[in-house]
Amino acid sequence: MSNPSYRELSINGLWKNNPALVQLLGLCPLLGVSNSAVNALGLGLATALVLICSNVGVSLVRGVVNTAVRLPAFVMIIAALTTCIELLMQAYTYELYQILGIFIPLITTNCVILGRADGFAAKHNPLIAGFDGLLMGLGFALVLVALGGLRELVGTGAVFANMQLLFGPIAADWQLTLISDYKGFLLAILPPGAFIVLGLLIALKNRIDEHFTERARATQPDAPVQSRRVRVTGVIE
Amino acid sequence: MATVRPSAASSWANDMIIPELSRSMLKNSLVLGLFAIFTVGGVTLLQQLTAERIQASERAAQLRALNQILPKDSYDNQLLDSSVEVQDPLLGTRQAMPAYIARKNGQPSAVILQAIAPDGYSGAIHLLIGVQADGRIAGVRVVAHRETPGLGDKIELAKSPWIRSFENRSLNNPEASGWAVKKDRGEFDQFAGATITPRAVVGAVHRALQYFEAHKQELLATDTAPIAAEAALENEVEPDEVTTHSRAGAAATRDTLRINDPQTEQDRGQ
Repeated sequence: MSNPSYRELSINGLWKNNPALVQLLGLCPLLGVSNSAVNALGLGLATALVLICSNVGVSLVRGVVNTAVRLPAFVMIIAALTTCIELLMQAYTYELYQILGIFIPLITTNCVILGRADGFAAKHNPLIAGFDGLLMGLGFALVLVALGGLRELVGTGAVFANMQLLFGPIAADWQLTLISDYKGFLLAILPPGAFIVLGLLIALKNRIDEHFTERARATQPDAPVQSRRVRVTGVIE
Repeated sequence: MATVRPSAASSWANDMIIPELSRSMLKNSLVLGLFAIFTVGGVTLLQQLTAERIQASERAAQLRALNQILPKDSYDNQLLDSSVEVQDPLLGTRQAMPAYIARKNGQPSAVILQAIAPDGYSGAIHLLIGVQADGRIAGVRVVAHRETPGLGDKIELAKSPWIRSFENRSLNNPEASGWAVKKDRGEFDQFAGATITPRAVVGAVHRALQYFEAHKQELLATDTAPIAAEAALENEVEPDEVTTHSRAGAAATRDTLRINDPQTEQDRGQ
């Protein structure tokens, strides 16, 4: 398989094939911890880190493991890496570790990670696989933070509260209160709010894509007519 | 002409007999076994390296929680190392939990009890309750809960100062009938749209105070010099309160409390 360029990988991870907005993978933690920006950022970073390391690890052993046992072997790598991240979070960001709770071990079962391991890393060299992990992880984390920030803002009127859980005492006053004396909008913080906001984000992404396709068509009037169906489920490359 | 030695021949034959499948199974299980050894080894190594740091973080987090209730200058002993295991239906704890004894100049100054309110809206609410030696509440904090965000979670100090309304209260301030939310003709506020949560917390704090009153001497005299024991006696104002004095106390003697209260649940929905 020919190696995709870094540019292509970046566009794929962040936008065209974004794990959260297009592939719709790993929604359980995405919806579960996205009620505030700090939770979202914590889990997003942890997931991205596991994704990078697992992609590199899987890519390194891709010649050793044959197809019959590749999945258990990959899962073992991913589970070990997740446990390592969990131990490190317990050691250095203990309070965040307590808040994220069960969602940290659940990173193991995040389909984004196994999907990238089997679908991409097992076929490419460690450098490219690691880069793909970085961008896919970033894409996932960005959507997670956007979702968390939006829900926190709509729900409480402020964002980035309690950032000291992740960044230590210097972040204690990073809270941005946009609307003081805000009554709060409970729905945004409760689980249904996660589905609604994620739906809106996906709709926004599709709208932007449509806008650009239309513009591209307007500049090239004699381009062949294409299907305008909006793709919501992507293929894992 | 060339004679093959019998042993070599048989082993060669054996190789042929082993089917392709079981050979690949053998190889695959070896590979998987190696993976297991390496991954488990890596995790174990990291666990060894971080064990100390994790323990320190845990203690720091515990101490931070305790210091929210008792300011650092109100005691001079190692709070986390000076604890007794206590268990009592009044505290709502299913297993023995440490109660931390604060001392200043060798004399017990306060006790931090862990209590569980079993009757929260969404299950148990875990509380830390600091009681000074004279029976006044030093502070109450919620350690863990699953109450509804935006309604019941106002028991967290981060969301509302409500939890501070317990400070300086004691078993007789207010009287037993006042240890309830206003809706139940008590003295403590409930939240708009949430009555069950504050009711559970008020009940748990009241029961913890009853527990403290009943066990004051053992708590304050644990593993101490005679001076401390005397101080405990001095501080004792009146004989032990009867535990089933109030409604909350009576309820606590039943082991588990049920949550359903149709009227207030509708009330919450508003």
